[in-house]
Amino acid sequence: MAITIQVSNLQQGYGKTIVLKNINLTVHNGEILGLIGPSGAGKTTLVSTIMGMLTPQKGTVTVLGQRMPNRKLLAKIGYMAQTDALYSTLTARENLNFFGSMQGIASDKLKTQIPYAANIVNLVPDLDKYVKDYSGGMKRRLSLAIALVSDPELLILDEPTVGIDPELRQQIWTELHNIADEGKTILLTTHVMEDAEQSDQLMMIRNGAAIAQGTPDQLVKDYQVKTVEEVFLKAGRMQDENNRND
Amino acid sequence: MRIIAMIKRVLREMVRDKRTLALMFLAPLFILTLMYFLFQSNTTQTASLGVRGVDTTLVNAVKNKHIKIHHISNQASAETNIRNHNYAGFISQSGDKLTLTLQNADQSKSAILKQSLQAAQIKLRTQAAATAIKSQQRALKAQQQIIQKLQTSLAMASRGARSSRSQAAPKSTALPNKSRATLAKQSVKPVNYSATTHYLYGSSDSTFFDTLLPIMIGFVVFFFVFLISGIALLRERTTGTLNRLLATPVKRGEIISGYLAGYGIFALIQTLLIVVFSIYAFKIQILGSVWNMFLINILLAIVALTMGLFISTFASSEFQMVQFIPVVVIPQIFFSGIIPISQMAGWLQPVAKIMPLYYGATAMSNVIEKGSNFTDIFGDVIALLIFFALFLVLNLVSMRRYRQV
Ligand SMILES: Nc1ncnc2c1ncn2[C@@H]1O[C@H](COP(=O)(O)OP(=O)(O)OP(=O)(O)O)[C@@H](O)[C@H]1O
Ligand SMILES: [Mg+2]
Repeated sequence: MAITIQVSNLQQGYGKTIVLKNINLTVHNGEILGLIGPSGAGKTTLVSTIMGMLTPQKGTVTVLGQRMPNRKLLAKIGYMAQTDALYSTLTARENLNFFGSMQGIASDKLKTQIPYAANIVNLVPDLDKYVKDYSGGMKRRLSLAIALVSDPELLILDEPTVGIDPELRQQIWTELHNIADEGKTILLTTHVMEDAEQSDQLMMIRNGAAIAQGTPDQLVKDYQVKTVEEVFLKAGRMQDENNRND
Repeated sequence: MRIIAMIKRVLREMVRDKRTLALMFLAPLFILTLMYFLFQSNTTQTASLGVRGVDTTLVNAVKNKHIKIHHISNQASAETNIRNHNYAGFISQSGDKLTLTLQNADQSKSAILKQSLQAAQIKLRTQAAATAIKSQQRALKAQQQIIQKLQTSLAMASRGARSSRSQAAPKSTALPNKSRATLAKQSVKPVNYSATTHYLYGSSDSTFFDTLLPIMIGFVVFFFVFLISGIALLRERTTGTLNRLLATPVKRGEIISGYLAGYGIFALIQTLLIVVFSIYAFKIQILGSVWNMFLINILLAIVALTMGLFISTFASSEFQMVQFIPVVVIPQIFFSGIIPISQMAGWLQPVAKIMPLYYGATAMSNVIEKGSNFTDIFGDVIALLIFFALFLVLNLVSMRRYRQV
């Protein structure tokens, strides 16, 4: 299996503050990696670094065989930011069209991709509504559709399931698994344990360090608990004990 | 491809924002019209003048369409008369001594009265001198004829000298030629005795508005483009769409170009509207080429655009963007030629050179009022292009903050 994302000995931060230390991560083709961790742990920072929006302070990030930051490679990455960044005076279709063109998709390909992406998030009937008339969840879904519209080799989704109802969440996960089965790679961050359980691989970040890494089943077994949530809590307690001992 | 999508989006957003659209297109016309009426009013102003015991010849000479004469026969003081009737001024005569008392509540009215009285005195004096001048004129004409004869013979002589010289040394023909030219000039110099006033630019109908309009055309384009493009990019930053945009393979230059072209189109329409409106509504005389006007305005617009985009990176809200207006926009008005730069304190004069509007407004005034052509305004055009290039580079650099590649 080819490696899509390779992060080695990464240290990252803003100015003098260090947010992430000594992060190592490998994601293979066709894998879904779930990034979990408390608020402020550095998930978005890690995702931005993998995208190449931030240059690593130390260590290296390689995506699809290329060192990041790399502008051209962004064409192969579908990104959904944690905060919705949409043009509210445009319709959903116009937003999809615009971001699709920015991603470098030809306009005739966009004609088939827009209904496909909108269908995954149940937005087809509302495509010609202005975004300013959208509800919060609808905006979230449109952001996801924008990430999907370019049919990218790597999907990076920052908290994609916030504000999405359970039924639609199920539908989205089915589609994400289909995408992964086509050999595409997905990296997502989440606070929701159901999402974590759906992932192939999990990485837990806490206080800027990776505290646990592996498949959900493996982690549950290793930590001798029943659920992923308990793994998360136990790993956190162990980190605190280690720090106290230091 | 990406630039076209950027332009399309900018245009779409703008067209849907009716308020901003109206601000960009109608507000400049409104401001200019308001100024037109404000600065026109001086010429139609009339001052009322109380007159007591003044010679009728003088009163008739003072009379003009800006003065309303009231003949007074009471013996109350000038001050009382002015107070009671709200006159702008009061003239009384005793013997050959004139006393003008001015209310001076409105200095423009005082000026009208002072000027009119002065003009009247000159008029009377010239009338008295007119007869004497006529006889002098006749004598001078005779003199002139003699001079002319002398000059033609002189010219012929120098022409002869030239031809003989040109045979000997063809390279030095310039010298006699030149002397001939000065001679000819002297001979056609008109002898003008009647005192007519010539206006180099404009006419006796010129008002302050005519001076102000070229500057204001440049200024309104600069101001609105600066504000609207700056706020547009600011909004893009605060809503996160700029960050999102930079998560696509778009080049920073493509974003800036999209903005430039998109807002440039609106600036172009705005300029077109202002120029056409000025020509038809204000009947301004454009001595130079309208195309040069467009060129200057477009240059001003792109400087304003890049400057607005750059300044917006220092603002974190629309409110903060507006706070930049007194810092970067208002001072430019002072140095745009409303107050002649040459009349400023010496140390202040170089400050004008760092203001884009100074170059734009100067060039615009020269084109409209003096009929300057492209070579005349070339320096200003280059200066504006330098500002544009400077802000363009600053923008590209400042956008590095959001994506380092
Ligand atoms: N632009 C920034 N400048 C300075 N510090 C920042 C910036 N963005 C994030 N941080 C800091 O970095 C740390 C990690 O932030 P990050 O956004 O990566 O957290 P997160 O794991 O995504 O949290 P959440 O689950 O709430 O989204 C936080 O302490 C935050 O204060
Ligand atoms: Mg986050």
